[in-house]
Formats: sequence, structure tokens, C-alpha cells
Amino acid sequence: MSAYRRGLRVGATSLTLAALLLSAAACGGTTRDNSGNDAGGGTQASGGANPDAAIKEGLKIAFLPKQLNNPYFTVSDNGGKDAVTEIKGEFKEVGPSEASASSQVSYINTLSQQGMDVIVTSANDPNAICGALNQAKAAGAKIVTFDSDTKPECRQIFVNQVTAEGIAENQVKLISQQIGGEGEIAILSATANATNQNAWIALMKDELKKPEYSKIKLVTVAYGNDDDQKSFQETQGLLQSYPNLKGIISPTTVGVAAAGRYLSGSQYKGKVKLTGLGTPNQMRQYVKDGTVDAFALWSPADLGYLAAYAGAALASGQITGAEGDKFKAGKLGEFTVGKDGVVVLGPPTVFDKNNIDQFQF
Amino acid sequence: MAHDSLYAAPPAVEAEPGAGRLATLRGLLGSWDAVIVGALVVAVLVAGLTVENFATGRNAQFLLLDLVPLALIALPMTLIVITGEIDLSVASMVGLCSTLMGQLWLSSGLSLELICVLVVLLGAVLGAVNGLFVTGFGLPSLAVTIGTLALYRGLSFVVLGDQAVADFPADWTAAVVRNIPGTSIPVVVVPLLLLALVFGVVLHATPAGRALYAMGNNDQAATFTGVSVARTKFWLFVVSGAVCGLVGIFWTLRYASARGDNATGLELTVVTAVLLGGVSIFGGRGALLGVLAGVLLLGVLRNALQLADVDANALTIVTGTLLIASVVLPNAVADIRARLHRRRQRRPVAS
Amino acid sequence: MSRTDTGAPERATGNAPTEPDRRRHGLTERLLAVRELSLLIALGLLVLVTTVRNDRFLSGQSVKDLLLGCAILVILAVGQTLVIVTRNVDLSVGSILGLVAFATGSLFLSAPGTPWPVALVLGVALGALCGVVNGGLIAVARVPALVITLGTLYAFRGVDYYWASGRQINAADMPSSFLRLGNQTVLGVPVLFLVALVVVAVVGFYLRSYRSGRELYAIGSEPAAARLSGIPVGRRVFAVFVANGALAGLAGVLYAARFGTLDAAAGTGLELQVVAAAVVGGVAIFGGSGSAYGAALGAVLLTTIGSSLAVLRIDPFWQQAVVGALILAAIGLDRLLALRVAARLRGRSAHGA
Repeated sequence: MSAYRRGLRVGATSLTLAALLLSAAACGGTTRDNSGNDAGGGTQASGGANPDAAIKEGLKIAFLPKQLNNPYFTVSDNGGKDAVTEIKGEFKEVGPSEASASSQVSYINTLSQQGMDVIVTSANDPNAICGALNQAKAAGAKIVTFDSDTKPECRQIFVNQVTAEGIAENQVKLISQQIGGEGEIAILSATANATNQNAWIALMKDELKKPEYSKIKLVTVAYGNDDDQKSFQETQGLLQSYPNLKGIISPTTVGVAAAGRYLSGSQYKGKVKLTGLGTPNQMRQYVKDGTVDAFALWSPADLGYLAAYAGAALASGQITGAEGDKFKAGKLGEFTVGKDGVVVLGPPTVFDKNNIDQFQF
Repeated sequence: MAHDSLYAAPPAVEAEPGAGRLATLRGLLGSWDAVIVGALVVAVLVAGLTVENFATGRNAQFLLLDLVPLALIALPMTLIVITGEIDLSVASMVGLCSTLMGQLWLSSGLSLELICVLVVLLGAVLGAVNGLFVTGFGLPSLAVTIGTLALYRGLSFVVLGDQAVADFPADWTAAVVRNIPGTSIPVVVVPLLLLALVFGVVLHATPAGRALYAMGNNDQAATFTGVSVARTKFWLFVVSGAVCGLVGIFWTLRYASARGDNATGLELTVVTAVLLGGVSIFGGRGALLGVLAGVLLLGVLRNALQLADVDANALTIVTGTLLIASVVLPNAVADIRARLHRRRQRRPVAS
Repeated sequence: MSRTDTGAPERATGNAPTEPDRRRHGLTERLLAVRELSLLIALGLLVLVTTVRNDRFLSGQSVKDLLLGCAILVILAVGQTLVIVTRNVDLSVGSILGLVAFATGSLFLSAPGTPWPVALVLGVALGALCGVVNGGLIAVARVPALVITLGTLYAFRGVDYYWASGRQINAADMPSSFLRLGNQTVLGVPVLFLVALVVVAVVGFYLRSYRSGRELYAIGSEPAAARLSGIPVGRRVFAVFVANGALAGLAGVLYAARFGTLDAAAGTGLELQVVAAAVVGGVAIFGGSGSAYGAALGAVLLTTIGSSLAVLRIDPFWQQAVVGALILAAIGLDRLLALRVAARLRGRSAHGA
């Protein structure tokens, strides 16, 4: 090997690399705060909300879901798109192909780099994307979270699909009706650290302490990791471990569909009741074949729609995210910002044999 | 066993005699890092001119921060691949180190400084397990590290379950993303460059480095030069583990979150970058500068495509295609060159 | 590199086996049988332990679930065996499965009247096409299979994502005759499992009794020697990848029938389990040894572990760690046995001479 020639080559390449790095650094030193808050104009107004401000036109609103290839988010992002079209803004949907917090950070950076007015996101991790969101906020973007929240200080508004109490009440009531008010039940959840699931489960346990549910016993909480096959196996495991099981609550769309599929192909069909949070399209078959009596969900499209309006209201200075701020969200009517900047969409819709065919999502 | 296992056929190049051909080949491959650096320059220029918001300091910071873990892991990976082995468990080691760090911080009451040292040591131990299986038991590194890929990832979920630990001190989490004052280059680039320098010197300017190439070309020949093949490879795996420990710390602090799924799938990107950088998967060939250029090229492409609003799904395809192209192209070009060369050699003989 | 030799080269090249060869052959055959037996014992123990803890584990319903659950993995593991035996690997099977599954769903969506056998044939053909891409790149460009299939793992999945673009296909979109295929039983045995059994039997028989099947072992044992003895290595390896792609396609169609709900993420990460199943089933990762039956048993074992962890209510997070540990144990064990055999062979041939 000719060491000299290699040496030369190494020298030349390293020089080139160094030059590249330096040039990147040089243009960095000068154009530090290149952020596109020109479109938003004076949206930085921190002095307080101006409820009479009109929604601005041409707002750049970006949706960043947990991952791109998740049908639930496809539906809610399309709801957001409808809202953005109504207010004559620019809509954009970007996101990673796998649900990881680190790749979301990379996308948040890109969005703040592109000078978005509003970033609407659903967090894969309540903490991991905080730093990036704060940077984006500093660059002039308004941050709205939906479906899954971050720490409150990292965003202005969280659009909650439904209050945790609402979910807990609804789910316990549904299962109680179906099993006739007594017997053993189990919960099939998503992942053990899914913030919203855990909050719901804790409240369901409180709800079960009420006298009218005294004959219902919650035997266990299983985790299907929001993975179809895993949820399927866990359902199977539940039925084998607890022979007297009367009902299952699965407050996750993946879990309830997998459990439904398991039950409908097993001897337990119709005997063990199943309810939870699912989409009508996924559950239609199991409702029609008698596996499932009734289940619930909010409208993911409305959720995205509301989040887009909340973001637009923020960017137009109508609201600041403080408790008590009010804004109009198109066809959904008026909403009030609650404590910690939370806006609640409303009570969940219950789907059963009679109404399921009216819903397509 | 230098090239364990799964390589379809040894490159035909080595089987055929002819000094002329080898010389051509060496010339060509020597220039591969030049090709990559060239491609990098072109990519940066094109992106800078056509992609809005690409050529800004903030973007440089984001880009470099995203690349640091990749570049760090690529350093030992380069050396390992040059010896004809591979380590697919790197991302899982990062994940496990990250959750161990979280668990220690959560429950041990130790100081964060001490925890960091422990985590690097733990990483080294994980690497040593790989090394032991590969060199001690003589098993193919590919199979071993696919096994530990699953094992370590599984254990990282066992350590924290699906919980995440996030309450790391703010000054620590801020420190890792801070820039060198007056520039938009993150501070963490400095240790990265220092480490790269160390690895570069070891690989390219010491007898030990030359021995690594010898191992990749032929284990037995390397043994005759007096270097213990097994011991060297063992330590390479240990170093790989320790570096993954470092990356685990960086990852945890940068995202202020220790969780089991941290860095999932990173091994594929690292291998892509290393191969793109001109390291032969058969071992025995490659240079560190090419690899660093490969890492940067990958990062620049992704960042520019993201800024240009290219769909994440298209990015997946780009990564896969790049990986395939980076191994098919050099082989194909070498083949064509060799064929031309042979024809040229044959002609004078015929006349 | 020593390995359990199945005696394939001798038979393949048509030379009459000499006496020590035959003995050697007998020994390794027995060794493989021992491997399959030990897998069966492990499986039995696992079922026993789980059943003692919970007697419902052996109920008809549960056994049916198990058979249903392992069918797809069995098919993939058997296909992977073909590839690994030739000292290659195919990491793109999970992506091929996902692509074919989604394609099957889309077919029913756009042409609702399609009879399911047509969908089956098309799915297998699409899988085979993916195999052609893999095999073509590997055989023609002489590039390691590991790298190429790592690349196509991304590429096929990317195509799948791109195509689906967040859409989901639901059970209601597919004909019930097709979905029944996924859950129906014949005499209590799921149809899916019967399909898997047929695949195992065909591939097992082919590998054992066909000349070209034996040649695959020769290729995996020593590619250069195989080439010298006149085996068309490139063509065989290509064919193996096409066959594996077709089997992954078959698995994709069955996946669609079984799960009914399809999005672009179907089968993500499955490749690891498939390789694990094959390796645990005694298919040597460095080629030249292993059987389809072993791989199938490995797949059944892995699925059973998954189910029994759920039944025993053990933290599911352990599952992946267990898979990893199993891979390590299996290749370690192989190595140990190979060394033993080598030592015994040395002793024997000394006597023979």
C-alpha cells in the first residue's frame, strides 16, 4: 500500500470535511434567528388574549402525528385538514413512519426551521419532545397537542378527546350493563406507560368502588402493547387464566379489535362480553355477529378539526391558552380553555347495532 | 473464520489472479472515499441552493445533533467490519444503557457523574459478552449479535418496563444540546471529533490498525504477524459496547427520557453509513474518513429531503436503496473495470 | 470452520459413499434427529409446566389457538431454512409479508368479486417477485445476502407504506369466504395449520430426497467446492430466494385472511423471530446443515413460549429477552455438538484407516 499517497488522500479529505463543517458553522453564526414569524406578524403578543381578533388567513399549520401509518391519525389529520381549508390556511402533514419520540424531535426541528405558525402534534413521549417544542415555540410557532399530551409547559393547548372521568364512567357503565351488573372483569390496555390509558384505568377503579358496581370485580389489567398479535395472545391468556371472566374492557382501538377477533372465533363468543374504545369500521363485523354489544369512541376527525381551530385561534391572538379563554371552532361551536390549557372535545359516542352503520371511520 | 457465514460468495475479485487487476481495484476503492466526499459536497451544495432553510446555522445544529449518535457508533463499527465481523446489537446496547441509566438515577441515589461512568462500564460488559461469544466460542458474529440484539432490547424493556424516566437535571440535559459559543456547532461534536481522531490514528497509523486489515483479509495470515486475532476482536467488541454506553448517555440526556425503545433500529442506519463510507462487508477494506463522510451524507440527504417535505415513507425507500447501491455499485464498477482491463491486456497478446 | 455435515456433497455428486462416510452420515443424521427430539422435549416440558399452573392451557380452544398462532411463523421459518442452508439469509421476509398482505386486501377492495384462490396465487406471485429482486441482486451482483436483504427490508416496507399511505383495510372489506380460510377448522385443526404442514412436508421432502435439494447443503458447506463439482451455485441460490419470497407471499395472504385488519405495518420485525425459529430449530446459521422439520418445531416452540408467558401472567417484556437468549443458546449448543462430532470423527477415521 502506498502510504504516502494514502496520507495525501487522507489529508485532502479531512481538509474538505473541515471546510464543510466550518462553512456550516460560519453561516450559522450570523443567521441565528431565522424564523418565519413574518406571516404571523404580531402573534407573539403575550399581553393577553384578544377575543375579538379575527382568525388570520394563510396560517401555516402542520400536523405531526405519532406516526404516519396509523389509520386513527390519518382520520384525525384529515379532520384538521378540513378545518385549515375552512380558515384558508396552509395545511401540511408530516411524521415518522415508526412511532418513536426521537424521530418526532427531528420533524419538530424541521417544522420550526420551516417557520410554521402552528404545530399540532400527538406526543410519543411526554418529555422527550419537550426541548424541541420549546425551541419551536421560541422561534414563534404555537404548539397544540392532541390525543397524547406533553408536559403542560411545553405546549400552549392540549386538545383532549374526552375527560378521563368521562371515559371511565362510560366504560364501566357499558360493561356493567352488558354483564348484568355482576361478575369478574379484566382490562386489556395498550402499553404500561401510556399516560392516558393509565389515567383512565385508575379512574375506572375508583368508579368501580361506587355501590352500584359492588358486585363487579376487576381481576387484572393486561397489556397488549397496542400490537395486534400481542393483544390477541393476551386476550387468549386472560380467558385461560380467569375461567369465570364475564367481561373485558379494552380502552384502546388496537386492543379492542384484536380481542373482538379472538372472541368471535372462539367458544366464548357472546358469553364473555367485550367493550372498549374502537373505531366503527374495525368493530362493525363483531357488532353484527354478536360478539360485541356496544363500544364507544370520540370522533377522531372532530379531534383533529378542533385542534386545528385551537391552533389558529392561538396564532391569531384570540386566545393565549389561559384558563377561561373562549374560541369558536367552526361547525363544532364554542369551546372554553380549561385548567392547564386543556380543551375537551366532549363525551364519547356509543356505537351499537342500531347506529353503527351511520359512521364511517 | 474471517468472513463468517452469510456472504453469498466471496468476491470473485479475490479468487482471480492478476496483479494488474488488483492494482486497478485498489485504485478504485482507494478513491471510493473521494467519491463519497464528492457526493457529500454535491449534496450539500444542491441542498443549500435548492432547499429552503437548509443552509442556516440552526439547521446545521439540528443536523449535527441528530448525527452524533450515528457517527459515534460508526467509529468502532468501522473497525469491526474491517476485521470481517459485524455488531448488530449496537442499538439494543444503547437502549439497555439508557434504561439502566434511568433505573440507576431513579432508584440508586448515586450521583449522575458516577452513574455515567457505570453506564459506560456496563456498555463495555455488554460488548464483552458479544466478544466472548464470538472469539471465545468461535461463533459467527452475525448470529451472536442478532441474538444479543433481541436479548438486550428485551432486557431494556425488563429494566424499566414501559415506564420512562425523565427527571434528569435540567442543566445536564441542556448541556448536551448546547452550542460552542459563537457558532452553531453543538459542543458534543468536540468529543466526537477527538474520538474519531483516536480511532483514525489507531486504524491508519499503527501496527495494530494494519493488523485489523490483515484479519479482514485473512485470519491465518494475521496470526502469523504475531497479533492475537481473538484478543483483538474481543476488545473491539468491548470498545463498541463502551461507545454504545456513551451514546446511551447522550441519547438519554438529549431527549431527557430513558425508555426501553430508545434508538430502536439504529443499527441498520449505522451499517448503512459504514458501507456507504466504502468499508467492505467482507472485511479488509475501508477508511474512517470515508465512513464519516458516509455518515454526513446520509444525514444531509435525510435532513434536506425532510425540509423539502418529502414523505417519511419515501425516506425509508431512499435509505434501503442507498444501502443496496453502496454495496452493488463498487462491485459492479470493479467488475466492469476489471473486464475492460483484461480485454486490454489480452489484445497485445493476440496481436 | 467445522460444522455438522449432513453428508450432502457425497450424495449430490453421485459418488458411492465410502464406509467411513456412511458411518459419518449416520452419526450426523442421528444428531439432527436428537436435535428435533430435544426440541420436542422442550416443547413438552413447556406445555406441561404451563398446564400444571393452569389446566386450561391444554383445552381444545387453547390448542387450536396455538396451532393457528404458529402457522404463519412455521411457513416463514421453513422458507428461511432453504435460504440459510445455502449460507445466506433473508431479512426482508417481514416486509414481503406486509407488502403482500396489504396487496391482497387492496385487491379485494378494488375487485370485490375476486375468488380467493386467485388472490392466493397473485399473492404468492408477488412474493416470488420480491424474491426475484433479492435473488437477482445477490446472485448477479455477487453481494452478500445480509446486506441486500437489509436494504430490501427498508425498500419493500417503504413501498408498502407509500402505497398504503395510512389507509387501513378492515375485515368488512374482504369476502367472508376468504376470512373463513383464516379461522376455519377441519376436524378441529385450523386450515392455516394444515397449509403450514403441507409446506413443511413438501420442503422437508425436497431437501432430503431431491438431488437439487441436497445440492443446497453442498453449497452451504463449501461454495467453492460446490462450484467445482459442477453445481450451478448462482442459479440455485437465486431459486432459493425466489422460493422463499413465494412462501413469504403465501404467509402474507394467510396473514390477511387471519387478521382481517390490515395496515402497512403488518409483519414489522417478524424477520428476527423467523431467523430465531430456524436457528433454534437446528438450522446452522453458517449453512450446510438443518432441516425444515427442525425449523418448524422451532417456530412452534417460539409461539408456545409467547402464549404460555401470557397464560402464566409473566411480564410480556421478558418475551423478547427470552427469544434472544434462545438464539444464543441454540448457536452455542450447535457449536458444542459440532466440536464433539468433529472429535469423534477424528477418532473413528483413525480406526477406519
